[in-house]
Amino acid sequence: MRANCWEGAKHVKVETVPDPQILNSTDCIVKISTTCICGSDLHLFNGFVPTMEHGDIMGHEFMGEVVEVGKNVKKLKTGDRVVVPFPIACGKCYSCKKGMTSLCENSNPNAHIAAAIMGHSPSGVFGYSHMLGGFAGGQAEYARVPFADFGPLKLPDSVTDEQAVMLADIFPTGYMGAEMCDIGPGDTIAVWGCGPVGQFAIASAKLLGAERVIAIDRFPYRLRLARERAGADITINYEETSVMEALRELTGGRGPDGCIDAVGLEAHTPGLVGLYDKAKQSMRWENDRPGALREAIMSVANGRTVSVIGVYSGFIDKFPMGSLTNRSVTIKSGQCHVHRYMQPLLDRIERGEIDPSFVITHQMKLEDAAVGYDIFTHKDDECLKVVLKTGH
Amino acid sequence: MATQQAPNGTRHNGSDGATHRPMTNAPRSWKGAPEHYSETPDWKDGTTKFLGWFSIGLGLAEIFAPRQVAKLVGISDEDEYVGTLRQFGVREIAAGLGILTRPKPTYWLWSRVGGDAIDLAWLTRRLRDSEEDNDSTKLLAAITAVLGVTALDIIQGTKLTSEKLPSTGHDEGSFQVGKGDDGTVRLEAQVTVGASPAECYEFWKNLENLPRVVGHLESVRTLGEGRSHWKAKAPAGLSVEWDAEVIEDRPNEYIAWHALEHEQVDNLGSVTFVPAPGDRGTEIHLEMEYHPRGGAIGARIANLFKKIPQGALMMDLRRFKQLIELGEVVQSDATASRKMPHPAQPNATNELKSELRAQ
Repeated sequence: MRANCWEGAKHVKVETVPDPQILNSTDCIVKISTTCICGSDLHLFNGFVPTMEHGDIMGHEFMGEVVEVGKNVKKLKTGDRVVVPFPIACGKCYSCKKGMTSLCENSNPNAHIAAAIMGHSPSGVFGYSHMLGGFAGGQAEYARVPFADFGPLKLPDSVTDEQAVMLADIFPTGYMGAEMCDIGPGDTIAVWGCGPVGQFAIASAKLLGAERVIAIDRFPYRLRLARERAGADITINYEETSVMEALRELTGGRGPDGCIDAVGLEAHTPGLVGLYDKAKQSMRWENDRPGALREAIMSVANGRTVSVIGVYSGFIDKFPMGSLTNRSVTIKSGQCHVHRYMQPLLDRIERGEIDPSFVITHQMKLEDAAVGYDIFTHKDDECLKVVLKTGH
Repeated sequence: MATQQAPNGTRHNGSDGATHRPMTNAPRSWKGAPEHYSETPDWKDGTTKFLGWFSIGLGLAEIFAPRQVAKLVGISDEDEYVGTLRQFGVREIAAGLGILTRPKPTYWLWSRVGGDAIDLAWLTRRLRDSEEDNDSTKLLAAITAVLGVTALDIIQGTKLTSEKLPSTGHDEGSFQVGKGDDGTVRLEAQVTVGASPAECYEFWKNLENLPRVVGHLESVRTLGEGRSHWKAKAPAGLSVEWDAEVIEDRPNEYIAWHALEHEQVDNLGSVTFVPAPGDRGTEIHLEMEYHPRGGAIGARIANLFKKIPQGALMMDLRRFKQLIELGEVVQSDATASRKMPHPAQPNATNELKSELRAQ
């Protein structure tokens, strides 16, 4: 089959590789119709995530048709049209039973590598480095999906591929980001980053009843989409306005009631602080550039929550711990426990509350994946979300 | 090492294999450090301690009575020299305190040697400086005395540098795990499994099941009467074999075994089952230890076990957890491959591990 493979920093290539096969009795094989490039794939693409190897198949947002099931698969059948959640989860361990599927205790066969880097291991993830399992990803014609009866969600015909594939990661991730802010009546939520996940965090904050949502980015086309499609009430271009001052002014000096970091480890920060982080990151003295996170912590109202859904890989520098402790600020974070959000969010799509395909700006063939990575990483052509179609 | 002298205060199993220390049968997570981790080894013999006290004595004299010291070694008590002697005094006290307070003061002994060199250079310069009002006889005597102390410092420093800490001699309360300099390989790991202690014990009570999860074991065959034959994997398709016996077996709680005394491999192992709090199931604590038996073959065998990476036992226990909770071991495209490392892409069928090909 054809698959998009990582071939070193800034280099991906669609190659011919062996077809996947059933490895465990609860696996299924999915013939992929639609797959996406995620913002977090750009961190792999740019070489910021350790334990990648040449030839790794990328991609963790995909959907398609079940074409083969293992002997212990009971519910799923060949021919079912499914979307696959990006965390791999067994459904039987303590964490899965508690609904924390991105912390599945059984799905990462390289848990010792993750534990060496992070203390303990999260779940395995499709196409996201060897420390998260070494699972082949979904930017391919086929994928092997473990725990077929627990992960993949069967889709009704009324939902399009372009809507459904957003349930694999970014819609649930944005939704969980908003949910972690414990939004109540009158709350103002600020969202750093108007990439696809940021757009869904904005839209979800509105769905969850936020009084006002403030969106922060530096690209006018992303801010425009945040206002026009995601439902942001106010947008701030951080290259033109001081974010902290603007937020204070907009909230009567209180600060936003919830701050969502949908940026992650490659934040662009203007001025000297930004240079400092860039220099330290390039010399590997810190893994991540936490500009957005620092600002979110300093900005949030006393006693409220900073919700971190942007991806961080390792260690950061100049963390404003004093602001956190003295002002009773809570930080919540996590890779999205996608399994518990897929059905409720599918219901919202079916009820017409949201059409998540609004983030898609580019659709191309799987064969052109390298072009997709290039324009997405450079934000060329007002790129926000790239969807790849296989030739099936 | 067979020839190694055990330092004062450390218990060391040595290479005679005559005594097995009991494996800890209580999980450390809640009962604290077992006895053998709480000993602080002291590497200092009488001479080293003498050098420590000597440093402090000399340092005190140089700081509080520099003029008398100057007189004793035959130097005129000019202010410049008095100042220098006081500085030397500070250095001496630092070295003395270092030697007396550190369990293994190798660094401080060598710092004394450096200090001796400075003293000698300074005294020699005073001797050759004929214009100064110095007593050359007393100076020569002082230089000779310093040379003597220097020799002692070098002897003690060399001794401590060449002596290695055995793996059991960790700092108080620390949980260092790993590969000791005497060739001991110590592995341990813990996992919490969503099943009762009885369900978990069921798997381990038959030692023949161990190779299903413990990666570095090839096979275990039970021989009856608590005895078993073990085979561990070694590089280049070789294997190491030994006979072992169960030394303790408390159903649903604890199993311990060790290699028989005449074997080339001195192996100890234990697995403890502790009910986890709440509805979390059972904590499994696995410990395995390999000591070389001495001799060239023993050392070579020990080297094989040293190649077991840290974290391997953790994955062994996670495989056990998968067997209990899922009924099979989870594979990814990378781990299913016979050839490692393998990229995260599907294998050609003939490159799959044999047990997966068979399915």
